[in-house]
Amino acid sequence: MRASSDRRRGNAPDQGDDATAAGTPSEPATAPVTPDGGAAGRRAILKRRIAQVAMHVLLVIGALVTLVPFLWIVIASTHPTSGIFSRPPNLLPGDFLLQNLANLQAMTGFARVVFNSVLIAGAFTVIGVVVCSMAGYGLAKHRFKGRGVVLATVLLTIMVPYHVLTVPLFQLMSEIGWINTYQAAILPFIANAFGIFLMRQSFLSFPDELIEAARVDGAGELRIFYRIVLPAVRPSLAALVIWLFIFQWNNFLWPLLVLTTQDMYTIPVALSSLIGLSRIDYGAIMTGTAIAVIPVMIVFLFFQRQFISGLLGGSVRG
Amino acid sequence: MTLTSSAKAMTERVVGRRGEEPTGSSPRARRRVRLRGRAGWFFVAPAAIFFLAFFLYPIVATFVMSLQTREMGQMVFTGLDNYERLLTDPVFHTALFNTLLVLFVQVPIMLGLALLLAVLLNSALVKARGGFRVIYFLPAVTSLVAYAIVFRILLHTDAGLVNQFLGALGLPEPDWLNRTWSSRASLMASITWRWTGFNMVIMLAGLQAISNDLYEAAKVDGAGPVDRFLRITIPMMRPILLFAAVLSTIGTLQLFDEPFILTGGGPSNATLTLVYYLYQQGFQSLNFGYASAIAWFIVLLVAVLAFIQFKTIGREDPT
Repeated sequence: MRASSDRRRGNAPDQGDDATAAGTPSEPATAPVTPDGGAAGRRAILKRRIAQVAMHVLLVIGALVTLVPFLWIVIASTHPTSGIFSRPPNLLPGDFLLQNLANLQAMTGFARVVFNSVLIAGAFTVIGVVVCSMAGYGLAKHRFKGRGVVLATVLLTIMVPYHVLTVPLFQLMSEIGWINTYQAAILPFIANAFGIFLMRQSFLSFPDELIEAARVDGAGELRIFYRIVLPAVRPSLAALVIWLFIFQWNNFLWPLLVLTTQDMYTIPVALSSLIGLSRIDYGAIMTGTAIAVIPVMIVFLFFQRQFISGLLGGSVRG
Repeated sequence: MTLTSSAKAMTERVVGRRGEEPTGSSPRARRRVRLRGRAGWFFVAPAAIFFLAFFLYPIVATFVMSLQTREMGQMVFTGLDNYERLLTDPVFHTALFNTLLVLFVQVPIMLGLALLLAVLLNSALVKARGGFRVIYFLPAVTSLVAYAIVFRILLHTDAGLVNQFLGALGLPEPDWLNRTWSSRASLMASITWRWTGFNMVIMLAGLQAISNDLYEAAKVDGAGPVDRFLRITIPMMRPILLFAAVLSTIGTLQLFDEPFILTGGGPSNATLTLVYYLYQQGFQSLNFGYASAIAWFIVLLVAVLAFIQFKTIGREDPT
């Protein structure tokens, strides 16, 4: 069932929307037929029209408020600081983008910073996907001693922010000599409780009979996992990939603590170091912000259907 | 690479060539169940190892440290001193107040807004719902540091876009980030911008799961739209609202990036949050013991608040 609805989504996204429109629990598209006919019917249609216009006005205002900061990132990244804070404001892009990039590179070695961010978020995602999906599968499809305890622990730790662990974790890192290394930034939050739970939920609906049949055919447990079960939960897997990548790409406090020299900084840490300077070059900062935000936005726009539905266990339609 | 190949060898050894075994004979069947149990642990093991090293150890260590104070460079046990200090430390009280303010003012406003948007986007009357949904969700993939920087510029007193807009309308131009209450309002507005769409998508999922028959039946019984919303939507949405409330609570208690970038916790601690204070104590003043006590306070607060939310919002629905 999931698979078929996903296919529909993949092939004809617009059709998917229409299907949702027809099937949503809301007012029917046609005006109700009233027994006294004409006038009342027309009044109902008029009322519906007004409601419709009001709803759209609200939604458009909300969308504008949502989009203005993004537009401002794009516009401001093409102006020098003086151009960003001009009165009246510059509402069109300027020609300072390359200069901003050069300044940013000069101040932070931004090319290296971007490389660090990609490496740290990429490695975190790859390892995290393996660890979380394996754990999710074990918890969903295997019975073993202590499973209940493990599951309860996962649920409990979803609620604990990692920030409260930073003091002893930092000391642990300095004891094993990992301060200012990539592994210190990558490894500590690999066993992402939310990721494990997400994967467990998606594995639960996989039919046991198929796993049993593969066992009878002599397939090893690991082979069953990555050849049979894993491909079946691809939407959840995609959501997990994006979730982990975004988490680490945007992660701030931990990298701020363990990455101590500029050549090891990630993008958020480098940007925050610029905010702390006495003369703040907002043009360069906004260019860096654009680099932090826009790639993630593009990836999200490509995969948003899978991401959102995967994140919610396939319960969002359209 | 070596990890996976050795792991594969291990499973093959553990699980064996089971296909050749006849099924049904009871000792063998029992052995199989036991082996499968080991396979279960094999799948969970990597996560468990990471969890032990990077969660269980530090959370226990935090607790031990919270009972200690650094004296002459040595950590010495001082009992509940650090927790007593929490009771009398005015800066901690400010941080707690600021955090709870966000929790009790910003979170309800945001969840209400998210529910309103979700209801609108669930209506067949609205066009381009997919487009709206994507736009509203976009802030949720944006780096916290990045959006905090943008809001810092937008809210700039003299030449920020917000004040220029207000000025053009003939409205007063507040000194957003440098006054006690306006800086708090700025912080809350920024968080609302970042998280409303995320919550809206969660709620939209909940709305779509409500059967249309319920609404149809209510309509036949003569229930108006408001009645239908209060008597059907809200009760049916209770688990989803609980989920969103718990997530927002956790998010609020870990607030750090936004005040760090937007206001630096100022003016005079008006936007200092609990985690920000933990950071100051642990990594700037190097009071590891006291920072650990703050950490445990946050953990307990999360637990208590989640418990209350489960009890109130999560109670069994009457339908």
